Amino acid sequence: MSAATTAAYRNVDALRAGVTRRKLFDKLFVVLGLVVMLTCLAVLAVLFIDLVRDGAPRFKPEFFTHFASRNAERAGILAAWVGTSLVMLVTAFCAVPVGVAAAIYLEEYAPKNWISAAIEINVTNLAGVPSIVYGLLALGLFVYQFNLGQSIVAAGLTLALLILPIVIVATREAIRSVPNSIREAAYGLGATRWEVTKDHVLPYSTGGVLTGMILGLSRAIGETAPIITIGALSFIAFLPQSPIKGEFPFISFQWLHDPFTVMPIQMFNWVSRPDQAFQSNAAAVGAILLAMTLLMNGIAIWIRYRFRKTINW
Amino acid sequence: MNQSTSRIDLARAGLRYRKLRDRIVETLLLGAGLVAVFTTLAIVAILVYESSTFFQHVPLKDFLTDTMWTPLFADAHYGILPLVAGTLTTTMVALLVAVPMGTIIAIYLSEFAPHHVRETVKPILELLGAVPTVVYGYFALTMVTPALQVLMPNLPGFNMLSAGLVIGLMIVPYVSSVSEDAMRAVPRYMREGSYAMGATRFQTALRVVVPGAFSGLAAAFILGISRAVGETMVVAIAAGMQPNLTFDPREPAETITAYIVQVSLGDLPHGSIGYQSIFAAGLVLMLITLIFNVAGFSLTRRYREAY
Repeated sequence: MSAATTAAYRNVDALRAGVTRRKLFDKLFVVLGLVVMLTCLAVLAVLFIDLVRDGAPRFKPEFFTHFASRNAERAGILAAWVGTSLVMLVTAFCAVPVGVAAAIYLEEYAPKNWISAAIEINVTNLAGVPSIVYGLLALGLFVYQFNLGQSIVAAGLTLALLILPIVIVATREAIRSVPNSIREAAYGLGATRWEVTKDHVLPYSTGGVLTGMILGLSRAIGETAPIITIGALSFIAFLPQSPIKGEFPFISFQWLHDPFTVMPIQMFNWVSRPDQAFQSNAAAVGAILLAMTLLMNGIAIWIRYRFRKTINW
Repeated sequence: MNQSTSRIDLARAGLRYRKLRDRIVETLLLGAGLVAVFTTLAIVAILVYESSTFFQHVPLKDFLTDTMWTPLFADAHYGILPLVAGTLTTTMVALLVAVPMGTIIAIYLSEFAPHHVRETVKPILELLGAVPTVVYGYFALTMVTPALQVLMPNLPGFNMLSAGLVIGLMIVPYVSSVSEDAMRAVPRYMREGSYAMGATRFQTALRVVVPGAFSGLAAAFILGISRAVGETMVVAIAAGMQPNLTFDPREPAETITAYIVQVSLGDLPHGSIGYQSIFAAGLVLMLITLIFNVAGFSLTRRYREAY
């Protein structure tokens, strides 16, 4: 064998070794990627299992029907879950109409001018504002300037502002996916812009609107910081006034102005206590909160998937 | 004849009504859009207004250079530095977790994972970002800190390390999903060019896709930073609430956000200096977020690749 051929063989061997090494890197990276991903998923699983395990002794009907108490065994979340439900009601009632309307404006109406640009930029920016800053806004504006106090309506409005960008972005995405041919067909029959929007674009975007609403509420339900900032109390041993009255006009909105507490604040209060017995209570509320957010997100994902699958343009 | 005129009139009236209704609806929709603008203006106005009274009592020089933050003590000091140090330290720890993990997941999902894996894993990962932060706080305090104490026996029960680690995990999905979108926007032909030269998927990802998506990756990291800076409940629960001028993550400390929570939990009278101090703290928080966003924006601009 000549010297040249030996050298060539050696080169090929070196080349092969290089290729093998690079292919090995490829495989190693796949392993690394899977490991990192599984770590994240494992954290989620551990979190949930840990909460359920620690909170297990508290999962009894009394937990939902008792007020907070100095005795950990007897302390429950009655005021907290009622408060959370009412605040969510106010939040949904404010954020959904305004968010959907803003999204419709941006997608269907907005002319190319500085006002539209300003709205667009602000929606993007607001999504990145830390939630506690919304709390400061609410404390300065709602609680003291508008004199709403530490009430359900102040908390609901705060969270509504907080989730507005989420609702707007989800709705816009849905509106954008409605093909233009649908709009043009309606215009061709003489419909006005609002008629096109109301009768054609909006019905097709229902999935996106629902997704945005659920995702927004799932964010709002776990928000603690802004509500602490407006000064919600953590020890409430009474319920807001009932919305239904015996005498005329049978419906009362007095509950909007009542003091309240919500589940995340109740959890924070229990976590910060040195007494170990309260950690069980905290874990139990945490498990409920986590289950609710995961469920809401699951529903949102399912709706998105279903609408994507069933609508074929 | 008469009848048809009246019919046309009727149609005209209907058209006029519909056009008027359109005009009204448009104004209402514009009003809804303007809510976003007013919210921003209101945030800035409230923060500046309440802070301005604060800065009438506290000279700006003390605020920026004093190394103690004790607004609620008899011997009051108003140096924001300890809070800023706490915020930056927890953010740094969080980024050390979230940036590598988020980027690896993004590269894996965009370049390696089969379609169905990507479609299944992405929504599950996003759940990690949807968990209420107070729950993460509990996790940091009762699981992560004890686990770390096994490794570091001298670690105090409240420390920035465990809070930062948990915040890092929390923002992984934000980083990974924005990064992945940026990588998927790198056109196919660039990858194919690289494969044709004999590069492996890993080489292509590292030398072609990542540089090509650099501006998007920068945006993802900035998004992660602003989440970490603004995170409140995890630090309030797990990092202890005592201002501490240190960059050592093993120590307890207080962040800007945790200070706001601490004050709000108490019963401070409206208009007192303690009440105003949380708005000054909030203003600093907004400025830090703004600085990172501007930096990210200019970075993104400079390295933007147009395809």
